[in-house]
Amino acid sequence: MAEAANPSKSDVLVRLRDLHFSRGAHRIFDGIDLDIPRGKVTAIMGPSGTGKTTLLRLIGGQLYPDRGSVEVDGEEVPSLRRGQLYALRKRMGMLFQSGALLTDLDVYDNVAFPLREHTDLPESMIRDLVLMKLQAVGLRGARHLMPSELSGGMARRVALARAIALDPMMIMYDEPFTGQDPISMGALVQLIRQLNDALGLTSIIVSHDVQETAAISDYIYVISNGKVVGQGTPDALDRTDSEWVRQFMQGLPDGPVPFHYPAPDYREDLLQGGEAG
Amino acid sequence: MLEWIRHLGRSGIDFFEKLGRGNLFLARTLVGVPEVLARPRLLISQLLSVGVLSFMLIAISGMFVGMVLALQGYNTLVDFGAEESLGVVVALSIVRELGPVVTALLYAGRAGSALTAEIGLMKATEQLSGMEMMAVDPLHRVIAPRFLAGIISMPLLAAVFSAVGIWGGYFVGVGLLGVDEGAYWSQMQDKVDFYDDILNGVIKSVVFGVVTTWIAVFEGYDTIPTSEGVSRATTRTVVHSAFAVLGLDFVLTALMFGDN
Repeated sequence: MAEAANPSKSDVLVRLRDLHFSRGAHRIFDGIDLDIPRGKVTAIMGPSGTGKTTLLRLIGGQLYPDRGSVEVDGEEVPSLRRGQLYALRKRMGMLFQSGALLTDLDVYDNVAFPLREHTDLPESMIRDLVLMKLQAVGLRGARHLMPSELSGGMARRVALARAIALDPMMIMYDEPFTGQDPISMGALVQLIRQLNDALGLTSIIVSHDVQETAAISDYIYVISNGKVVGQGTPDALDRTDSEWVRQFMQGLPDGPVPFHYPAPDYREDLLQGGEAG
Repeated sequence: MLEWIRHLGRSGIDFFEKLGRGNLFLARTLVGVPEVLARPRLLISQLLSVGVLSFMLIAISGMFVGMVLALQGYNTLVDFGAEESLGVVVALSIVRELGPVVTALLYAGRAGSALTAEIGLMKATEQLSGMEMMAVDPLHRVIAPRFLAGIISMPLLAAVFSAVGIWGGYFVGVGLLGVDEGAYWSQMQDKVDFYDDILNGVIKSVVFGVVTTWIAVFEGYDTIPTSEGVSRATTRTVVHSAFAVLGLDFVLTALMFGDN
């Protein structure tokens, strides 16, 4: 599937092959092949409930696949021992949908958290690093606020500053644009692209906000029903032959994905009368 | 009938599955304890919220329990002309039984439920997941300090309960009912044994501390991450802790005082 990107092995940071994953009887991934190239912004898109967040958790080693391979920077994630996995995670950042800030710490301490946990740097150096990271997301002035005093957009920017605190090789964004006002959305869109380029990161964005994500992505995978149903650059996907991908990218209410949830015939259903439900 | 047997089987499997998860959880938490001892600041902040903030509740409860014991004890003892043994009755009841047990029940209601709710909400708001992704083990960073704080706090709180309770008994017995002050204290001093009574009470409170805090932090960690899930987990903490404390109290009492 991933031959369209056709990267050599060293250009690929994350490589998924024949990935299968189920929750109980519900099959979420049914043989996914996917490559995330280094230094690029790659988007993974698809309707709600297709397991996009699950995919990030598989890459981060929080979940284990039923079958198949999850390789990050040459390391097979599911077979890593705990210490090795934690060493790998220090080189990964993840931005959760909610921000996942620690609510008992203020903005400054949240950003300092990974530095204090994983380094022995003196407090003066931690302060400089924290202020630099906060400056990068435009919130140096908000350092004394508690998470409960932040708007949704600000919380995500603080979480972004925290995610880049240890200068990771990659960042995974879980629905970064959901529920944002246009100004916050614009700020986040710009930040993700700028940080990726300025810090030489690799970014994976999981989202169903088509316009914003397509605007900053180098490559897009579209996932549905456990499979990759489309992939390519944003321009290539705009010109796709696949009706499904076109429906998704253009936000059409009806198409291969029907507007109506499967139901018995409408007329018959109404005429049944007395039988409730 | 078949449905009932199936339900029973399912409940049994669920129970043992949870017990297994709880034991693995405890083992992984204990691995994190040395890390906490190396960073005392983490422990101190939890000692404050788990122990110090429970102090007033325990002290006031202890005082009233002691006062009631003195009233009840006096009314019984006075019939036999043995009211001067009031100090012994109050002290033994509190040090052996009521101190550890009532403290544990109050602790489960006040600090245990708060621990469950806090950890459950951290899970629901992805804070625990976020820590894992930052390569920080939440069992070491979040759970272990709380667990350790609970174990340290419980015997201290039980000691406060006992001390204030005995003082409450003194206030009612000597101050209001006219029991001889010297008899109250000297008989207590004579009859209360350090090893048999006080130390056994302390052992009980340490055991209750381990069990109630384990239940509280595990229920929080194992909660379904929704508001309903957190609410149910909090209720389970209080109910399971109460059962565990009362059941274990019987077992420990039988072991400690059964052959007297």
